[in-house]
Amino acid sequence: MPLYHDDDQAMLADTAAQFMGEEGAIAKQLRHWRDKGCKDGFGHALWKQMAEMGFTGILVPEADGGLGMGHVEAGIVLEEIGRNLTPSPFLTSSVMAATALGQGGDDLRARYLPGLLAGDSVFAVAIDEGAKHNPDRIACKAEKSGNGFRLNGKKDFVVQGASADMIVVAARTSGSETDAEGITLFAVPRDAAGMGHNSVRLVDSSMASHITFENVELDGDAVIGEVDGGRAVLNRVLDAGRVGAAAEGVGVARGSMDMTVDYLKQRKQFGKLIGEFQALQHRAAHLYSEVEIARAAVIKAQQLLDAGAENASLMASVAKAKAGKAAGLAVKEGVQMHGGIGMTDEYDIGLYMKRDRALAEFMGDVYYHAGRVAEMSGY
Amino acid sequence: MSDLDQFRSETRAWLEANCPPEMREPVRDDADVYWGGRKATFKNDAQKAWFEACRDKGYTVPAWPTEYGGAGLSPAEAKVLREEMSRINARSPLSSFGIWMLGPALLQFGTEQQKLKYLNEIARGEIRWCQGYSEPGSGSDLVSLQTYGEDKGDHWIVNGQKIWTSYADKADWIFCLVRTDKNDKYRGITFMLFDMETPGVSTKPILLISGNSPFCETFFDDVEVPKQYGDGIPAQVGEVNRGWDVAKYLLGHEREMISGADGGDRTAAIGATLTRAAGAPLDPVLRAELAMFDVDALAYAAMGEKFLDEVKVGKAHPAQPNMMKYAGTELNKRRHELIMAAGGSAALEWDSSESSEGAKPRAWLRTKANSIEGGTSEVMLNVIAKRILELPGA
Repeated sequence: MPLYHDDDQAMLADTAAQFMGEEGAIAKQLRHWRDKGCKDGFGHALWKQMAEMGFTGILVPEADGGLGMGHVEAGIVLEEIGRNLTPSPFLTSSVMAATALGQGGDDLRARYLPGLLAGDSVFAVAIDEGAKHNPDRIACKAEKSGNGFRLNGKKDFVVQGASADMIVVAARTSGSETDAEGITLFAVPRDAAGMGHNSVRLVDSSMASHITFENVELDGDAVIGEVDGGRAVLNRVLDAGRVGAAAEGVGVARGSMDMTVDYLKQRKQFGKLIGEFQALQHRAAHLYSEVEIARAAVIKAQQLLDAGAENASLMASVAKAKAGKAAGLAVKEGVQMHGGIGMTDEYDIGLYMKRDRALAEFMGDVYYHAGRVAEMSGY
Repeated sequence: MSDLDQFRSETRAWLEANCPPEMREPVRDDADVYWGGRKATFKNDAQKAWFEACRDKGYTVPAWPTEYGGAGLSPAEAKVLREEMSRINARSPLSSFGIWMLGPALLQFGTEQQKLKYLNEIARGEIRWCQGYSEPGSGSDLVSLQTYGEDKGDHWIVNGQKIWTSYADKADWIFCLVRTDKNDKYRGITFMLFDMETPGVSTKPILLISGNSPFCETFFDDVEVPKQYGDGIPAQVGEVNRGWDVAKYLLGHEREMISGADGGDRTAAIGATLTRAAGAPLDPVLRAELAMFDVDALAYAAMGEKFLDEVKVGKAHPAQPNMMKYAGTELNKRRHELIMAAGGSAALEWDSSESSEGAKPRAWLRTKANSIEGGTSEVMLNVIAKRILELPGA
């Protein structure tokens, strides 16, 4: 498969670009909800519109009423989300939770997917325990209790956790906290008794929860996939999240770079456009090169994931790490090249820097993923 | 089975039957690479057999049309052949600036007679070409070149000097940028072809920091170049005084080639290999550097694949080879810095047999030229700024 978008994908990209550029624009969404102090950090009306576009069910199989597309297509939407800094539950709900539910039984899918397809439901994913992403360590515990399970423990950095109608929780049903096996994934409904949310606003104005589970009783039918066999499901969810976050990161990088290159063509100092200075030209050209390469890595990872290729997970980490590097460079150069106004809240470039920082941590940063590439490569 | 699957299985069988085991071993020294030409000799029978099998099948230039000595493969078929060759680690049967550089220029700008003559000679490994571009006073500012061809009616008299002419001392013919109009900087250059045995041509190898001499100084002292070599075969490619167009087109190819976009060693991860070779765990900070490098290398491999896919269908930005060249060569320099760091003092040995006569330090030093030859990294960044980002005054 060639590493560029086919005609249908290019059409989807045009549609997504237009939609996010208009409806998901920074002034209309990010600034609007931030300045209102919105508890969700995103607009439900936009989520509803995204459902009407079919985006919310992009990864949901056609048999379940979705579009039955792949990670390349989901990534197209995510890149536009990144470019426009559009706050939405798309990545957690339509990419990660949808991937988890895809491994769930008929009952679970029938219970949750219609709400996702309609844009009525929002889902979150609870994996991290602690401030740094480390899915190899899962301590949050689910013990057998009657026909179901009793959940105890805590989760951190649950993005949009307080807004979610259902949270996919990775918990330990056997073994010790660093065992690979013994993990089970649960679909925990929002009204489950014993669940505590400490919802906090992050640097990019998105909302994330510290969640505590205190003797939360779950039915047996809350289990996604097999009991104790959740690692395989979790890995799928993680790979989907890595590649999705990488696609959004490339969008952030491109948005920041485009804005910066435009600025170099407008701002005058010393009697000339600052874009005429070679010191800035070379840095902008280097940035372009990094962003292009990150984009290629992301498309490659998306295609491998869609093909179910053996090396998809390795490439997912390459993509997340490379997108993180490129986006990090794009926002830092962006603020620096904007000079003083880059430090003002009025200019959007600073918003890119904030979003990049939050996205960098989500599903593991460049250090985590470079380390994972080394481990998977055998050193 | 699709046509392409069919082609793959046929190709696999053909390679199995025709690629000798010795030709599936990594290249160890210069003699392992066959360059063809009038002075060429084969290192061994396996090299000869492999070259001849490929030549007869059109596989020295698989994507060129059959009438020019190629196999007429479609881009998809050529990719399959590359993949199948890479699967068995098959060596390239013929290395040649004719294939990489002059060929593409002729395919684009040559007359039909020029294509029939020169492309077939290249494909069959009969003539080895070298490239006369840089001059002592014209490096990054190539268009300022001074080598002059004086119009003498039915021939040119060429005087001047080229430098960094790769393998000029081993080449049979040269494709050379010659100023034919001193009053027009860009439209005063002709892309000329002539025999290196013409009286007045001399070469002098340049000893490099790697201890090797792949480049020469090339001198032209009243070299007489006929304006026509035959019917429809002028001395120049394209029109007289319009050689800069050909040169620019070819530079794109050269940059693409140096970029390592087509994969191979240039884009492979190295952390695992270097750690195994060290025989003991590497310093954790070095391991971290290797991990960061591997991320960049694997991402660049995807970029190379994407770039070539896009080139095939005309989706790539015309200036994108400059980006590939910049990123690929900077990556390759980093690769060899890490190879040296992981190798420690053993990687310093210059001529011991244990070190394959200093293969590592020589290769490391050689890579320093990557970001200079074919246009420096700084020139690449200039071009990206101007043609892709469209920054002002660039």
